[in-house]
Amino acid sequence: MDVEQSQNHDLMPLVQMRGITKRYPGCVANNSIDLVLETGSIHALLGENGAGKSTLVKILYGLLAADEGTVSWQGKEVNIRSPGVARSLGIAMVFQHFSQFDSLNVLENIALGMDAEADGRLRDKIREVSAHYGLPLDPERSVYTLSVGERQRIEIVRCLLQEPKLLIMDEPTSVLTPQEVSGLFETLKALAAEGVTILYISHKLEEIRRLCTKATILRNGRMVAETDPKTETVASLAELMMGKHVPTLSQRSPRSEQPSLLSINSLSQEFPDHTRVALQRINLSVSAGEIVGIAGVAGNGQDELMQVIAGEVTGSKPSTIFLGDLAVDSLSAGQRRRLGLCCVPEERLGHAAVPDLSLVENAFLTGHHRKKFRNLGLISYRRSRQFTEQIIEKFHVQCSGADAMASTLSGGNLQKFIVGREILQEPRVLVISQPTWGVDAGAANAIQEAIRQLAAQGAAVLLISQDIDELMAITDRIGALCAGRLSDFFPTDALSIQQLGVVMGGEALPAAFANSGGAVS
Amino acid sequence: MGYLAPVIALLITLLSGLILFALLGVPVGAAFHAYFIAPVSSIYGLAELAVKASPLIMIGVALSIGFRAQVWNIGAEGQLISGAIAGSAMALVLYEVNAWYVLPLMIIAGVSGGMLWAALPAFLRTRFNVNEILTSLMLTYVAVLLVSWLVAGPMRDPDGFNFPESRLFHDAALLPRLIDGTRLHAGILVALGVVVVGWMLLTRTLLGFALRVNGAAPRAGSYAGFSQARLIWVALMLGGGTAGLAGLFEVAGPIGQLVPSVSPGYGFTAIIVAFLGRLHPVGVVFAGLVVALSYLGGESAQIGLNLPLAVTGVFQGMLLFFLLATDVLINYAIVWKSRKANHEIRLR
Repeated sequence: MDVEQSQNHDLMPLVQMRGITKRYPGCVANNSIDLVLETGSIHALLGENGAGKSTLVKILYGLLAADEGTVSWQGKEVNIRSPGVARSLGIAMVFQHFSQFDSLNVLENIALGMDAEADGRLRDKIREVSAHYGLPLDPERSVYTLSVGERQRIEIVRCLLQEPKLLIMDEPTSVLTPQEVSGLFETLKALAAEGVTILYISHKLEEIRRLCTKATILRNGRMVAETDPKTETVASLAELMMGKHVPTLSQRSPRSEQPSLLSINSLSQEFPDHTRVALQRINLSVSAGEIVGIAGVAGNGQDELMQVIAGEVTGSKPSTIFLGDLAVDSLSAGQRRRLGLCCVPEERLGHAAVPDLSLVENAFLTGHHRKKFRNLGLISYRRSRQFTEQIIEKFHVQCSGADAMASTLSGGNLQKFIVGREILQEPRVLVISQPTWGVDAGAANAIQEAIRQLAAQGAAVLLISQDIDELMAITDRIGALCAGRLSDFFPTDALSIQQLGVVMGGEALPAAFANSGGAVS
Repeated sequence: MGYLAPVIALLITLLSGLILFALLGVPVGAAFHAYFIAPVSSIYGLAELAVKASPLIMIGVALSIGFRAQVWNIGAEGQLISGAIAGSAMALVLYEVNAWYVLPLMIIAGVSGGMLWAALPAFLRTRFNVNEILTSLMLTYVAVLLVSWLVAGPMRDPDGFNFPESRLFHDAALLPRLIDGTRLHAGILVALGVVVVGWMLLTRTLLGFALRVNGAAPRAGSYAGFSQARLIWVALMLGGGTAGLAGLFEVAGPIGQLVPSVSPGYGFTAIIVAFLGRLHPVGVVFAGLVVALSYLGGESAQIGLNLPLAVTGVFQGMLLFFLLATDVLINYAIVWKSRKANHEIRLR
């Protein structure tokens, strides 16, 4: 290859998608979209749920065929008709929803995704790559024991092992700590400097401003802008994305001296499965009208705590969990729900909702405890349907109707549905985990606003989240889970992000700090 | 598309069956007539079809409900035999009694017998997490041996010349006939009742909803507050009780006494019926009739064409095989992987 040609090669955009159109019955998902990715750039793809980002990326990755338009790779037109073709070109993708085999270990999962042998050589390479990029991962762990955050690392490492020319990342930072996000950004910048092109899909506008050199913004299936995000503000990006002004969160002053609605006294819980995190001497209390946050990196006992509070796992000791003054340790999940405890677990499909059932049936799933959905013992789907339509309307759930299968909704819309289902049951206590993970800015805003309103009406809210911005924005007090232990709680106003990072790492802040500012422990 | 799979499977089975007949040197037209037309071209034949279909439909519905909940009760055959034993024991205990309450007591005994046989797998599964597929299947063989021993020993007809069978039941212990001159008994009405109740249970009750959720997404079930152990018990009790009732109907209906071969494999065949009926009570009715025809056709082909009775088993086996294959091929496509093709695209 002579020098001149090689230079041409470098100047040529890595990917040029021209006039991409994809129609579905009843909607045009992509309407003549152009996307040009310069070699070595970090390019943001921005848009709300349903704007057409996923469709466009699926076409680029060979999962969907475009109705119209062309895709060029390094100047040559290509027909990417399958992900295999995409991979052989050098395209790798980290999906938002992972396709992993729960019963296999990390090594086997990575090997399967790469058509490689799960041998010692691959194990060493995984260790090497994960250490090099600061993505700690034990190749021998079974995937079902991992948290969402850890599962995502598998996907990133799998992609990096393929030494891709183009790395597509769909919402990669939603489950990382600030320190981890910084680390990932260093990794991505280093990769870009090595000449790897990165297509970065995110709703976190601040993040895009920090990281990306270019942004393509989609709205309703059309490309509305191509811009340099560094020259934009978060507000201007949000306005381009949504086509309207983003409301800021309402002010809410926590009421003082309210009765405690949820309290946990010295709760310890071990699980027969040793890969799960044992909870150790958990103490917390949430008062009426209060929003208490629990921070922590995925896999430190969040799922376990949620299950114990919800009643999915019933404790062995009496009198550790109280709803108001009533000890509920021996009560089932349904009985606790009837007493006013509603929960939103982290995993949407398969835990908070049944994928193959309709929204009407999924509304019935938890709604029947607190709403009258049965008549003489027989289910009244008519009432459940009214409730479903109410959720869809109040929470702006985009779906084909109340009879849509839960699995057909996008992640953000399903989350809005689930949060709506629980909040509209008017709980006295709401325990909610990762409410805005993978949800776009508009929907996240709506969910957070709904949580605040619920608290303003006098409910107690326990928010388990890995999104620090969210915790800082809407909670009154914050504690952190680390290896199954819960830290002291600190008033949110008095806590900096750096201090929170320290607490999340399992270290104590000076005791005087915890006691200042009216923190209740 | 999913509901079309059983029809496709049925057509392929039919085609393969005819090819099989041709290979055996039997005229295809005659074989087709003997197998599928002759058995149901008389009132008696139609009545026989209903007699064979009733236990299949009853058990098929109950198994469908369990399978929806991912509770794999494979031992309905054993539960059927156990129900037949318990019901027969009640009939023999009340041999001297000629009263209206004999039959209801037998029904209670039959249902209890089937439930008892299903309770063992339920207990082992919920207490020790033992796979119910293995325990329920193995208990079937225990039941088969138990009935053989009983009719040769404690329950043998004292005036029966040492034949291994019980006394013939009295009239009070026999199900009423629906049509004179046929063996059609009240069991078919109960089977249709089971279909309606099963359908209501699945679609309109909290219990049915919980069973479906537990099968589709167990974690969502525990999140919603459904106890998995309780659902396992319910699914197995429904299957066992219904199979026991079907067993009782066999001894109190067409057979009229306890014999070692109470059932020509109804309990196993009902598994095919459940899947062929798409685990839906209404689908199970059609599936039960189709599969019942395979029993009659086998007998008719044996008499008319000298074909071995094993043809029945072959047909039922092919039906399940093609159904499973059709399901897989509807949901998945076979892809012939070619690295060369990918390579060519890269170089284009």
